[in-house]
Amino acid sequence: MHAGRILVAKVGLDGHDRGIKVVARILRDAGYEVIYTGLFQTPETVAAAAVDEDVDAIGLSMLSGAHLTLAPLVVEAIRARGADIPVIVGGIVPDSDLDELAAAGVTTVLRPGATAEEIVESVGRALSAAQPSQVTGSTP
Amino acid sequence: MVVMATNHDRWQEAYEASPLRDTRFETMSGIPLDPVYGPDDGEFPGQYPYTRGPYASMYRSKLWTMRMFAGFGTAEDTNWRFKEIIKSGGDGLSTAFDMPTLLGLDSDDPMSLGEVGRCGVAVDTLADMADLYRDIDLGEITTSMTINSPAAVIFAMFVAQAEQAGIPRARLGGTLQNDILKEYQAQKEFVFPPRESMRLVRDTIAFTAAEMPRWHSISISGYHIREAGSTAAEELAFTLANGFAYVELAKEAGLAVDSFAPRLSFFFNAHIDFFEEIAKYRAARRIWARWLKERYGAESERSMQLRFHTQTAGVSLTAQQPEVNIVRTAIEALAGVLGGTQSLHTNSMDEALALPTEKAARIALRTQQVIAQETNVAHVADPLGGSHFVEALTDEMERQAEELFAELDRMGDGSMLEGAIRGIEENWFQGKIADSAFELERKLNSGDRVTIGVNGYTDGNDDDQIELLKITNEDEQRQRKRLETIRQDRDSDAVAAALERVRTEAADPEVNLMPALIDAVKTYATLGEIMHAMETEFGRHVEVPTI
Repeated sequence: MHAGRILVAKVGLDGHDRGIKVVARILRDAGYEVIYTGLFQTPETVAAAAVDEDVDAIGLSMLSGAHLTLAPLVVEAIRARGADIPVIVGGIVPDSDLDELAAAGVTTVLRPGATAEEIVESVGRALSAAQPSQVTGSTP
Repeated sequence: MVVMATNHDRWQEAYEASPLRDTRFETMSGIPLDPVYGPDDGEFPGQYPYTRGPYASMYRSKLWTMRMFAGFGTAEDTNWRFKEIIKSGGDGLSTAFDMPTLLGLDSDDPMSLGEVGRCGVAVDTLADMADLYRDIDLGEITTSMTINSPAAVIFAMFVAQAEQAGIPRARLGGTLQNDILKEYQAQKEFVFPPRESMRLVRDTIAFTAAEMPRWHSISISGYHIREAGSTAAEELAFTLANGFAYVELAKEAGLAVDSFAPRLSFFFNAHIDFFEEIAKYRAARRIWARWLKERYGAESERSMQLRFHTQTAGVSLTAQQPEVNIVRTAIEALAGVLGGTQSLHTNSMDEALALPTEKAARIALRTQQVIAQETNVAHVADPLGGSHFVEALTDEMERQAEELFAELDRMGDGSMLEGAIRGIEENWFQGKIADSAFELERKLNSGDRVTIGVNGYTDGNDDDQIELLKITNEDEQRQRKRLETIRQDRDSDAVAAALERVRTEAADPEVNLMPALIDAVKTYATLGEIMHAMETEFGRHVEVPTI
């Protein structure tokens, strides 16, 4: 029994895969089943793999500055398949881009230097937020 | 009685024959300094195996080249930045290409969306290359181009634009990175399969050996291996092993080792562990000299003298408290200088967040100028040579590298060329690098290693963010338009014929492709079209994804 299935992906032309491999191992050690589809993926191939593999979340590693173009396209491609899977972006993302990514439907952005603990926590949060809400007792 | 000349005597003779910079070689308090220190019978700079430096006089003759890497937006934008660099005292150019160019794609390719001009300059045709170096005297200033998979095509454009500007090939000085092996191992900007790519490398080595005596055909790069997560010893070993592979490649093609080895150059990382880095550079020179002489039969000193470029470690920069990166970069740059680098790029403080602003890039260059002009560290060659610590660490680096060479030699059944290719095909390099990266991450997460602002001393992390360079999508639009115009204006029959010749010659491994590539770029065939013509024959490399 694992904590969930995560697809980690490199979209576009950026080949720097150090970060994604480290994050994949961190998540694996935290009990997730991790699927990595390799370099040079498109928003379409990522969305297709995510739906086919029925993953609980998608992690995109983006270091080349193309995140404002590509991350929204991934969200759109998932929605176009009628799915709702949280998308987490990690990499070189300046603060000034955070609002735009959130507006485009990106669930969380992990900044450079995020610790293993922060990575596991934010994936956990993204997953639980995506679950149908369970009302237990009264909440304000 | 015969008086034997000591190493010191021989060094003295070479030193006295060297031109010197016009400066006083003394401390700031006026203590005169020798060019180098050490026992008379010890090793001196400029003496085999060159642990202490390739030249007798080192920085007393010439400081390292302050070569700042730049490139963004369109060729015109980057040309402007180049001229700024020259104006503020940089003395070599270093060209960063954008991701589509690095992968041999045109700016209007669907895969290029969002990446045009972002991490470097977009070059689609000869017209862009002409704009890139417009009004810069390429016969005087040296140029480096960071390009690998499509290196032969970009180099063809470079040669063709210089010809248009009236500069003879023989006068062009500079470096083509052209190190494809480390792409499969670390940086992952590959297109063709390894063996086909190596044929293009062979063609560029042969072409420059014959026609361009001032050109470095390959910059064998450990930088990216280290950035991808290797240890210092792995960076050292994999880089030199790749170097041995290129030597064997050129020898197999019938070139005499001394005809091309003097034009091979290296590119190392300067990471934050100060002494380990210095030991790495010293060990690199010693290993290269021994292998070139003993294994590959080099006789020319120039073949044995390892010369290298250094860049401070991008991965050591933090997004948190970015101003602290200036300090990291200064320490790393100093390691490069004390290790005897021939040229240096210093990263800007904002590069964990974006491409550098002009101000951040200027501070980075100023960092080098402080080291060069204020500290006097360049007065004495190999100032740490003879330190028990640094000598022991140098020996240890060499020992660890030799262990890895032995593994590769076994993998290649006695051929380092085969060892490098099989090591790639079997994920040996990639696996070792990923393991080392994860190990370092574990140390950070357990607190065994502290990075200021990340897992310690985080006060100040919430300060206002520094000003960052914004690259808009307008550049992408402009570049696509420009390409569209060029496609309309060129002679399409000439393009088709040139591309067909590239394809036919690609099919014959005996042919050197450079002349066909130069003719093709002159018709304004695009980078993408030429790469596609070669791909028809070469096929494409696909990496098996592993975690």
